[in-house]
Amino acid sequence: MSSLTSTPPTAAPGTKADARPLPTRARKAAGRPNSWGRRSRARSVALHATLILASAIAVFPVVWVALTSLKPDDQWQKTGDFSGLSLDNYSAVLSDSSFTTWFANSAIVSVGTTVFGVLISASAGYAVSRMRFPGHRSLMWSFLVTQMFPVAVLIVPVYTILTKLHLTNTYGALILVNCTVAVPFCAWMLKGYFDTIPREIDEAGRVDGLTPFGTFWRLVLPLAKPGLAVTGFYTFLTAWAEIAFARTLMSDNGHYTLPVGMNTWIGQFKSEWGLMTAASVLITIPAAGLFFFVQRHLVSGLTAGSTKS
Amino acid sequence: MISKLRRSYDERWYAWAMIAPVVLVLGVLVVYPLVQGLYYSLTNINESNMGRDIGVNHIPATYHFVGLDNYFEVLSGRDGEFYPRLTWTLVWTVACVTLHYSLGLGLAMLLNRQVRFAGLYRVLLVVPWAVPVFVSAFAWRLMLNKDNGVVNVVLDNVGIGAVDWLGEPTAAKFAVIMVNVWVGVPFCMVAILGGLQAIPKEQYEAAAMDGANAWQRFRHITLPGLRPVSSTIVLLGVIWTFNQFGVIFLVTEGGPYGSTELLVTYAYKLGFANIRDYATAATYGAIILSMLLVFATAYRRTLERGQEQTA
Repeated sequence: MSSLTSTPPTAAPGTKADARPLPTRARKAAGRPNSWGRRSRARSVALHATLILASAIAVFPVVWVALTSLKPDDQWQKTGDFSGLSLDNYSAVLSDSSFTTWFANSAIVSVGTTVFGVLISASAGYAVSRMRFPGHRSLMWSFLVTQMFPVAVLIVPVYTILTKLHLTNTYGALILVNCTVAVPFCAWMLKGYFDTIPREIDEAGRVDGLTPFGTFWRLVLPLAKPGLAVTGFYTFLTAWAEIAFARTLMSDNGHYTLPVGMNTWIGQFKSEWGLMTAASVLITIPAAGLFFFVQRHLVSGLTAGSTKS
Repeated sequence: MISKLRRSYDERWYAWAMIAPVVLVLGVLVVYPLVQGLYYSLTNINESNMGRDIGVNHIPATYHFVGLDNYFEVLSGRDGEFYPRLTWTLVWTVACVTLHYSLGLGLAMLLNRQVRFAGLYRVLLVVPWAVPVFVSAFAWRLMLNKDNGVVNVVLDNVGIGAVDWLGEPTAAKFAVIMVNVWVGVPFCMVAILGGLQAIPKEQYEAAAMDGANAWQRFRHITLPGLRPVSSTIVLLGVIWTFNQFGVIFLVTEGGPYGSTELLVTYAYKLGFANIRDYATAATYGAIILSMLLVFATAYRRTLERGQEQTA
């Protein structure tokens, strides 16, 4: 109970009676002896120290990559040397035509997966949440089971099937395959989210003459924005970082996605960590941008999904 | 009565129409390949006998059915890889899921208090989730580099001495668990934070009124209140960690000397290494799948029994 988090840091440690208005939690503890208040000051410091340490660990690798990307040439080897930082690595990466092609490919595939994946998982999640039909129970369970299939078993048959359908080296195939990875989890979460939206809204839509699909599309979806934001974010990240299928299905340089393309660099530029780090930062930017866009929905969107499993 | 019946009949068609896209996609790209994969595990298929088209020439497939030979070969331990891989996969899964859950729970409980800058902390703590896994893996490889990595430079200066993180088996195991924990804690934290916020505040107030101490409140309100969230994330966590491909493949590629190779990465390697042994890869896949199915079923049973007891 960090009752004194509102106390300014200038207050002497051990101030016994604190007359300032306390936050709700502290007010609850107001009936306790003063020694409790003193201990909670130490606790408050410990609390912030823990959170600062944890945040530092969370952010450090990313910051480190960003710093390294600004170092010229072979300077990445000199760990503590931060002289002569420049954007040279970035201009080198961006002037590489392959990189921009891969970036565009990744963007097409990820946006496609997100739009298509969220749409079909929302529709399935809604059906399971609101309608009773044969197979209703087992459907959710089988969604979970699909998460257990190791990529290694699926990849060869999937490749064979898509070759037969002449779909290798197309964006559509990779979008569909990425959906199989993300959709089961999304449908599960959205089903939970739809469960928290009152059924009266559906009834009202029915009364106004909307079809079940119309109710879903025009009434329920707009209300489910936090849930959609979180699942969209999850799907985008899954597709943006997917490597195993992309590597197998896209066989020419013009169709590579970023992770696959960058993997070809590892051999090519053995010691060029400068370029690799700059490329990493550029790759992280869209994901991070999307993250900051949805992060305020993150908690509320996930709550419903996981509590109503 | 008839209109009601008709409505439920209509509803059934609507429901089927709405789940059709998902079922179709999963059916064509998951179920059908799975069945085919299971069939492959009963044959001796590999790269040289699977048949293919080179230009206009069609080379027919010559692989044949071998029954349960592959399973016998793998489960008897004769290939020399299965049991070491299984042991390490179990260690890896238990270590990662335990750390994900306990660190996620700890951080979520800290963030759920009235803390200044809680919003800022939350954003910073979720950063590892927002970074694509292959970038994280790359960042850690850079940091864990034996000679020039920042981790070793720091350890050196503190006086502990440099560690060959990615070149020495035990250190490499430690390193990949560390990386995976770093990657996975934010998801757990956010999910648990959501669960914490769903617990009614009145329960805590009532408990405080009754004189329950912090541990008792945690034990008798927080943990039971989190049960729905916990059961989901532990189940998903076990499945995802057991099948974790990216972190291992990108950080150590299973090395050094196969010491960090999980069952999944080993199966992938069998299917895509020099001689592509699809049959054994499929056998490994089928074994992994059946182990996870048994686990998930047992886990669900235990949960349901637990719920009945408390109810």
